[in-house]
Amino acid sequence: MISAYYLQIIILVGINIIMASSLNLVVGYTGQLSIGHAAFMSLGAYVSAIVTLQTGLPFIVSLLLGAAVAGLFGILIGIPTLRLKGDYLAIATLGFGEIIRIIFLNLKITGGAVGLRGIPKETTLLWVIGVTLLSLFVLQRIINSRVGRALIAIREDETAAESMGINTTYYKTLAFGVGAFFAGLGGGLFAHYFRYIHPNVFGFMRSIEQLCMVVLGGLGNMWGAIIGATALTAIPELLRAGAEYRLLVYGAILVLMMRARPQGLLGESIGQTGGRSLKRRKTLFTKIKLFRRNK
Amino acid sequence: MFVQQLVNGIILGSIYSLIALGYTMVYGIIMLINFAHGEIYMFGAFAGMILVVFYDVPFFLAFLLAMAFAGLVGLTLEYLAYRPLRRSTRLAALISAIGASIFLQNLALLIMGARPYTFPSPFTPRVYQSTLLTISKLEIIILAISFLLMIGLTFFIQKTKIGKAMRAAAQDIDTASLMGVNVNQIISITFLIGSALGAAAGVMVGIYFRTVTPTMGLMPGLKGFVAAVLGGIGRIPGAMLGGLLLGIAEVMAAAYISSQYRDAAAFAILILVLLFKPAGLVGSAIQEKV
Repeated sequence: MISAYYLQIIILVGINIIMASSLNLVVGYTGQLSIGHAAFMSLGAYVSAIVTLQTGLPFIVSLLLGAAVAGLFGILIGIPTLRLKGDYLAIATLGFGEIIRIIFLNLKITGGAVGLRGIPKETTLLWVIGVTLLSLFVLQRIINSRVGRALIAIREDETAAESMGINTTYYKTLAFGVGAFFAGLGGGLFAHYFRYIHPNVFGFMRSIEQLCMVVLGGLGNMWGAIIGATALTAIPELLRAGAEYRLLVYGAILVLMMRARPQGLLGESIGQTGGRSLKRRKTLFTKIKLFRRNK
Repeated sequence: MFVQQLVNGIILGSIYSLIALGYTMVYGIIMLINFAHGEIYMFGAFAGMILVVFYDVPFFLAFLLAMAFAGLVGLTLEYLAYRPLRRSTRLAALISAIGASIFLQNLALLIMGARPYTFPSPFTPRVYQSTLLTISKLEIIILAISFLLMIGLTFFIQKTKIGKAMRAAAQDIDTASLMGVNVNQIISITFLIGSALGAAAGVMVGIYFRTVTPTMGLMPGLKGFVAAVLGGIGRIPGAMLGGLLLGIAEVMAAAYISSQYRDAAAFAILILVLLFKPAGLVGSAIQEKV
């Protein structure tokens, strides 16, 4: 029907859509910059793979167990770190991501630096399509609910949101946990498709790649994450003809894209999407100074 | 044993400090995490290695030329990838920096190939031994160069007119420009100096471990950034202190806990510092006002 090569690309696109849209919930809708999303993917991948290998439980059980553990870790990591803001939060998530990777590199049960091999191939195209659609549906429902509005309020102005009675810590942790859960789901699908996982597959660069998908597509836009994930999975494949120039062009595209359209393909105009720009921040400072002087 | 590990930690740490300075200076002025800094460090190491190995340039001249070359790369990077984004969101600038980092790394892979190059040590291998401590001539030179560069930078920032302008821009970029500081020029100079210091670290790591590869920038880049955050990002003395502490902590963790977890130790310290003193060791907390 479809050649194995295209099948693999379609499956990767599906997994990346799950990764990007779950990260979008954290970065795009809640405005919390996370650069350790791949760590949750690796938790889901390892837990589900180990469950399948050791107990032989059905795929759906191990998949959900992996996602649940990832979600739990998301909450556990989120509680202390989400007090941090902006770049500091980003660095803390980076640190946690690296720690999880190093731990997986040294544990016995994960196969250490050799990686985990011989995982049964359970992920089919149908599974990927089903899980992707289900994830998108659930995420969309969350965003359009009371919870989603609270998250967007936090992104727009955390202090104002808090003063309006939104429990910001609770909602930020919730978003982080839900994002981690779906990342774990993506990781489980990944492990049971490629049948071999290694901690370095889920390293820093993978987190960055997922962040690029979200930003390129447009922060805080469901279609943006889908398009970003599809584009950044497909572009390297399209460029495969000039294999050695592949990543060179990829890097250049990122730079040029940000110059031409900093808000991403489908993002709203600047200022409405997460994170204050330098200019806005500095004008805010000036206003405060003037305010104090006039008082 | 302990003194030996301490000295090893300080040597590694002084290199982290040099890398961290590049991050912290840039962040202090334009609030950008310059992700391509690790690649600048790698470019510096390659420039030094090529000059010494292929063109027989004397080591110290090659060292200075490598710093100058990396400085120019940093300058171009700022002009092409960051300047157009100065008024846009910080996330867009961050993605641009990541793109630049991927681009530069693959440019080096394309030109030099993936195989590691040997960077022979230009100094006669001599080792000084005492009961407590064994230290090689190379290690002493690395320490001396790092500390000279750091002292030089401190002098430059504190005593010269350009240094004063840099401090003013770091405090408030708009007000500084109203006071007649040419902000664009200051940002360029910041990139020039930061990149040159990164290249100095790259060349020294090159001769210390005797190899240079296109992917050598990733981990030290991350560590340098961790060091900058550890000390309080945007603070120059903080970057120096953070680098030294990180180096010492890493070597101690490798010696007394487990060498497999040395990188994990670095990141664990980072998270602890962030949780208990989010502004870094030297930084002061900024209260958010409404």
